[in-house]
Amino acid sequence: MDLLYKIFVDPFLQMGAAPDLLVQTLWEGLVAGVLYSLIALGFVLIFKASGVFNFAQGIMVVFAALTLVGLHEHGVPAFVALALTIAVMFCLAFAVERLILRPLVNQPDIILFMATFGLTYFLIGFGELIFGGETKIMIADQLWLPRGAIELKMAGGFVSIQKIDIAAAIIASLMVAGLAIFFQRTRIGRALRAVADSHRAALSVGISLEQIWVIVWFAAGLVALTTGIMWGARSDVSFALDVIALKALPVLILGGLTSIPGAIVGGLIIGVGEKLGEFYWGPLMGSGIESWFAYVIALIFLLFRPQGLFGERIIERI
Amino acid sequence: MRAAGGPDVAVGDVLLSVENVSLAFGGVKAVSDVSFDIRKGEIRAIIGPNGAGKTSMLNIINGFYHPQKGRITFKGQTRAKMRPHDAADGGIARTFQNVALFRGMTALDNIMAGRTLKMHSNFFWQLLRYGPAMREETEHRHRVEEIVDFLKIQEIRRVPVGRLPYGLQKRVELGRALAMEPDLLLLDEPMAGMNLEEKEDMSRFVLDVNDHYGTTIALIEHDMGVVMDLSDRVVVLDHGIKIADGTPGEVKSNQAVIDAYLGVAH
Repeated sequence: MDLLYKIFVDPFLQMGAAPDLLVQTLWEGLVAGVLYSLIALGFVLIFKASGVFNFAQGIMVVFAALTLVGLHEHGVPAFVALALTIAVMFCLAFAVERLILRPLVNQPDIILFMATFGLTYFLIGFGELIFGGETKIMIADQLWLPRGAIELKMAGGFVSIQKIDIAAAIIASLMVAGLAIFFQRTRIGRALRAVADSHRAALSVGISLEQIWVIVWFAAGLVALTTGIMWGARSDVSFALDVIALKALPVLILGGLTSIPGAIVGGLIIGVGEKLGEFYWGPLMGSGIESWFAYVIALIFLLFRPQGLFGERIIERI
Repeated sequence: MRAAGGPDVAVGDVLLSVENVSLAFGGVKAVSDVSFDIRKGEIRAIIGPNGAGKTSMLNIINGFYHPQKGRITFKGQTRAKMRPHDAADGGIARTFQNVALFRGMTALDNIMAGRTLKMHSNFFWQLLRYGPAMREETEHRHRVEEIVDFLKIQEIRRVPVGRLPYGLQKRVELGRALAMEPDLLLLDEPMAGMNLEEKEDMSRFVLDVNDHYGTTIALIEHDMGVVMDLSDRVVVLDHGIKIADGTPGEVKSNQAVIDAYLGVAH
């Protein structure tokens, strides 16, 4: 009885007793959620267009961030380094299409999935070789990202908001809006959706698969770079960052592998759920709840919507 | 419907010719040493029993498969290897045996996708939906609406095609191919799985496309009645080998064709 009280009643009483803490927790959750969304977005882009579950998305985040910081360390001005990193991500997309996707075209999905494992370890080794394995500091100031915090008086207390988090939220929203317009409005966007639906039909109307693959991998690379900068600015840039790819899995389960809105809403739900769980229910079971709580949330949603929140309804003609 | 040998559109020069084409998958010979041609403005049927190599033939023509031997000449250009993109760019459009549509997109967007190669405006204008891109989009929408009217699918324009019944999906697929304004239209079993009424509609569309736009059509079909009514000339394949080629009347009375379809006592 006591345990049930602690699980189902007490946390809510705490929330009511200190609303400013609740707001603070929600905000932190949303901020973490934005980053999860961005990572998941990278997965969704590639999965939609090429049907490949890209295991290397996590390491692409690290690789992009490392390239940016590494170039700056070698004396390249920050914004030139940013432009060069974007160029590097394009070259990566191009190389992936030429060296991995094209030779493996029409192979079963599992083969392509395994190939992205290979890409992951290649990028780890290559990144370490060139930029070294030590932890680096993101060049946030040089990129004009704000630092410091704002104290807001609300809900009967103070809520502290990091400026970098506000910037992250704004940049992520712009990025998502840009991608949405790109997908819905442009010829290439329509071609991307066409390829996602049927390869042979897309080929038959003259859409070039090779070109589309380069574009989506490049888009995923840009998303990875953004994620890398934002994440790196909050902690450090190191290869340990690649575990954040694992954070994207529950988001993908929740949002559906093929849905961009799903990745975003899923990311926010997981972020908020995780922080609330950690703060209010965490003490009940000791610490460490953060590493698995996201999966519990995803599983609960799956019970009710097996295709994910926004996943395509599976309608089979029988 | 149409008397053999008396088409409304002037049947002209050779548009596409296939010479001594062979295609094998490992040890399985899909097509062996097949030659035939398709002339401008005609409706050419490719028929044959199951596994005769008909679909392989279409896939060779639009570049999905590359034959190991033989040559294909399209509009006077001979190419050893044609990629699907080049085929589409050169004016070959097609439909598929078991409907290949962009299921998540509306009928309108599907047909619009057929105009991919016709749109050239700058990418950034498109993002902004302003200037030349807007004009281009409007112009192409106009053409697409014409096709929608032509195929009588006005009321399902905004419906995601995955939800449409099979007969209408086939019609949308035809629309997408027409949007490419092709010189050569390849139809792989356009009437498969349709009821009598739908078949009549589809036959009418095929004839109208041929009359109206003067589009050359090559089609695979199993319904003999349809084939005999629609086509100007028929090529018959069996086990990857060409066994007959001629007008529907000639082909119908050909002993080899009758044997292939009915079986022959050995």
